Amino acid sequence: MSTPTTVLPTTTVEETPFRRFVVQFRENKLAMAGLILMILLAIPAFAAPWIAPQNPYDIGALDILDSQMPPGSVAEVSGITYWLGTDSQARDVLSAVLYGMRTSLLVAFLSVTVSLLIGSTVGLCAAYFGGWLDALLMRIVDIQLSFPAILVALVMLSVLGQGLDKVIIALIIVQWAYFARTVRGTALVERNREYILAARCLSLGWRRIIARHLLPNCLPPLIVIATIDLANAIALEATLSFLGVGVPVTQPSLGMLIANGFEFMLSGQYWISFFPGIALALSIVGINLVGDHLRDILNPRNAL
Amino acid sequence: MPVFIINRLFQALGVILVMSVLVFVGLYLIGDPTSMLVSPEATEIERQALRKALGLDQSIWVQYLTFLENAVQGDFGRSFLTGQPALQLIIERMPATVELVIVAMTFSVLVGVPLGILAGLRPKAPSSKAIMTGSILGFSLPNFWIGLMLIMLFAVYLGVLPASARGETVSVGPVALSILTVDGWQHLALPALTLGLAKAALMIRVTRAATREVLPMDYIKFARAKGLRPSRILNVHLLKNILIPIITVAGLEFGQAIAFAVVTESVFSWPGMGKLLIDSIITLDRPVVVAYLIMMVFFLVILNLVVDILYMAIDPSAREKVRD
Amino acid sequence: MDVSSMQATATTRQEPLLSIKGLKTHFATRAGVVKAVDGVDIELGRGEILGLVGESGSGKSITGFSILGLIDPPGRIVDGSIEYDGLDLVSMGEEPRRQLRGNDIAMIFQDPSMTLNPVLRIDTQLIETVQAHAEVSTAEARQRARDALVQVGIPSPDERLKAYPYELSGGMRQRIAIAIALINKPKLIIADEPTTALDVSIQGQIIYEVKQLCRKTGTALIWITHDLAVVAGLADRISVMYAGRIVETGITADVIERPLHPYTQGLIDSVPSHSTRGRRLHQIKGMTPSLLNLPQGCAFRDRCERATPECLVAPEPTLLPGGKSVRCWNPAL
Repeated sequence: MSTPTTVLPTTTVEETPFRRFVVQFRENKLAMAGLILMILLAIPAFAAPWIAPQNPYDIGALDILDSQMPPGSVAEVSGITYWLGTDSQARDVLSAVLYGMRTSLLVAFLSVTVSLLIGSTVGLCAAYFGGWLDALLMRIVDIQLSFPAILVALVMLSVLGQGLDKVIIALIIVQWAYFARTVRGTALVERNREYILAARCLSLGWRRIIARHLLPNCLPPLIVIATIDLANAIALEATLSFLGVGVPVTQPSLGMLIANGFEFMLSGQYWISFFPGIALALSIVGINLVGDHLRDILNPRNAL
Repeated sequence: MPVFIINRLFQALGVILVMSVLVFVGLYLIGDPTSMLVSPEATEIERQALRKALGLDQSIWVQYLTFLENAVQGDFGRSFLTGQPALQLIIERMPATVELVIVAMTFSVLVGVPLGILAGLRPKAPSSKAIMTGSILGFSLPNFWIGLMLIMLFAVYLGVLPASARGETVSVGPVALSILTVDGWQHLALPALTLGLAKAALMIRVTRAATREVLPMDYIKFARAKGLRPSRILNVHLLKNILIPIITVAGLEFGQAIAFAVVTESVFSWPGMGKLLIDSIITLDRPVVVAYLIMMVFFLVILNLVVDILYMAIDPSAREKVRD
Repeated sequence: MDVSSMQATATTRQEPLLSIKGLKTHFATRAGVVKAVDGVDIELGRGEILGLVGESGSGKSITGFSILGLIDPPGRIVDGSIEYDGLDLVSMGEEPRRQLRGNDIAMIFQDPSMTLNPVLRIDTQLIETVQAHAEVSTAEARQRARDALVQVGIPSPDERLKAYPYELSGGMRQRIAIAIALINKPKLIIADEPTTALDVSIQGQIIYEVKQLCRKTGTALIWITHDLAVVAGLADRISVMYAGRIVETGITADVIERPLHPYTQGLIDSVPSHSTRGRRLHQIKGMTPSLLNLPQGCAFRDRCERATPECLVAPEPTLLPGGKSVRCWNPAL
């Protein structure tokens, strides 16, 4: 049918891909709100040791008489105000949330970064070399992805034991396959383009072709997957810690704080779980709002 | 068709075998379970005796082959804690989980598909944008968090629904069901809603994407040009086409939901196999963990096969592809 | 509203079946308003065959969809009237319009691999067309479906009825689409390039058969195409469309032998024929303008060899003897 398809934009300003990206991103208010939310949460989380009213893991600083105080209470001895109340061990919930968020974000960020590196390497190699290597790698990816992430992570942690590093390893094992599949999909399309053929005819080294030609084309979908995966990693880590198989007690993340307050919630002391829960939800939602819009703009092929 | 099914069955068998090795070898590395079973004062001789009794003194491959031989006969060993056969423990807990997941999935399809179609038909309407934003929340927020908020609202603040346990059940043959009693439904409501909301969010997105893909198709316009009533175009021409991705995703998500029930069951102390798995992982009850995982692999593989067959039943052109 | 009774009162023999006046269908896009159809006049008598010719993007398909009321947002009929058998199609409500679609006015689409629903059997797609417009039993509707397949020359119709679209060839699918269009005995069929996606050998057959069927049943036909050669042997009259407007209308032989508009002339010169063998084919210089910012005045001005300063003002259609009409300041008279 001859619907008008030859619609040409009439802009006269010179457009770089990046500028167009920024303009498109700013058009969506929800995504901008998500970005601001992300920044507003990340800064205090990383500055926690300097800005938190209390170090919640310094047992000496805790006054057991102040335990389970509702939000807004004032400490008997030190005189500090517990804006978000205290937990069963007299920890200031606000401080615990700041420290917890730091742990959560750190675990998520590290695991996503490493998964991204491993996954894209595997994906690029599979796409570039093809053949049995591709078949083998993708078979592994398929089998792993057919398994629910939560089960894989649970099994890994029951094998590895507890610890911050163990959680990060478990998250990497769960996540690398997504990156591998996405990158392979994009790289495969790119690989069959003529300019890659031309590069091979010039007998450029495979490392150079992969790094200079294939990788840049895989970046848009990678950025989207990495953003959304960051939120998934935070959620998964929180879930594992909530179940009691995640981070150790000495470095609690948001998930563990929520688990600690769970038993008190039924008796009406909602704040011990509620505020870490809100912090968790806001971080995940903020990242997802950004990721969702990024996907609309960058439109990777493999996304749902 | 039958050739295809036989092919797939062999593939499935291969996957199960590979996974059994991975699971077994992986879990072999867990800490020594005897330390949990004997009192701290026990002598080394007592420990050795226990290890021998549990077969832990053998080499890992001997243990695996023994395990495999028994597993084929339905024997996954006995729980280190209770001494009951591991498989029996799991099967006892299975109805609770399956019931929870079926109710949750039914909810997710009944809510997710209509909302997804609505959002797909009018993508720019404010209601559609609200649905889509809601669905982002639904599947990105951790499941336990949603459960927590529901408990806070319905159990603590409003006090209308219980926050834990399964409630009254009625036995139908060997299976205990809670959907036959009011008390059962009350207990089921929050866990099923928790699990169902996340899945509904996904169904919304799948349905919307499928609707948006089908609507601009020529055959929809042709159906309108034929003068069909809008209800017929929606219920037959659109729905029959988007049913293919919906059934595929719903089927696969059923398996995911069984696995994810691990979390929901922990939050609501729901006595299903997921809760059993977590308890067993924490107490290092290896036979139960292994049995659960092997059962799960088996289940997921079968489910994949069923989804593929269903897919072919709905999409006429897929039948053609297999025949070729 | 009861359509048939209204028709009965409004119809007189002399009136044209379809009368389009000053039709404008615009699309509001991000980049601006696309004037896909910008002032189209068409008159069509009962049983008449009109060839609507133009290159892609000239608005000929949108004209077809406008008649059926199948323009979706962001598109909208912003001006003009479409009168069918005394009924005003533009202001008509959706339900009476639905009753006309597929019953009085039917349409055949371009790509037969896309027009049939892939998950429904052929019989379903035929039967529903009958039952959307008449209260008949499924058995009766099935009989009509079978008859329709026989009518368009489909061998072993009972087998075909039970088939799914993917089991049939492209030509077969288009025949079925034609059968669907004919099944309710419409008075007007709009065929939107129905042979473009087919093999050349089947193209000729289908064109011939459609022509015979229309003549036999007295059905009027608007055949939309980019290919002047296709309609030369088919249509009674030809309308040539350029950039959303009809630039020339006339009896087929007149238009082809004595084109008045420079664009029509260009189109005819670019068709290969015996007399042009060995010579370089003519090519219209320049490119189809974007419908977003058409040149002021005559849209063909930039590409026209006969352009004069007058062309800065858009010409109105000039009526000439013999039912001819041309929209040009400097027609080849």
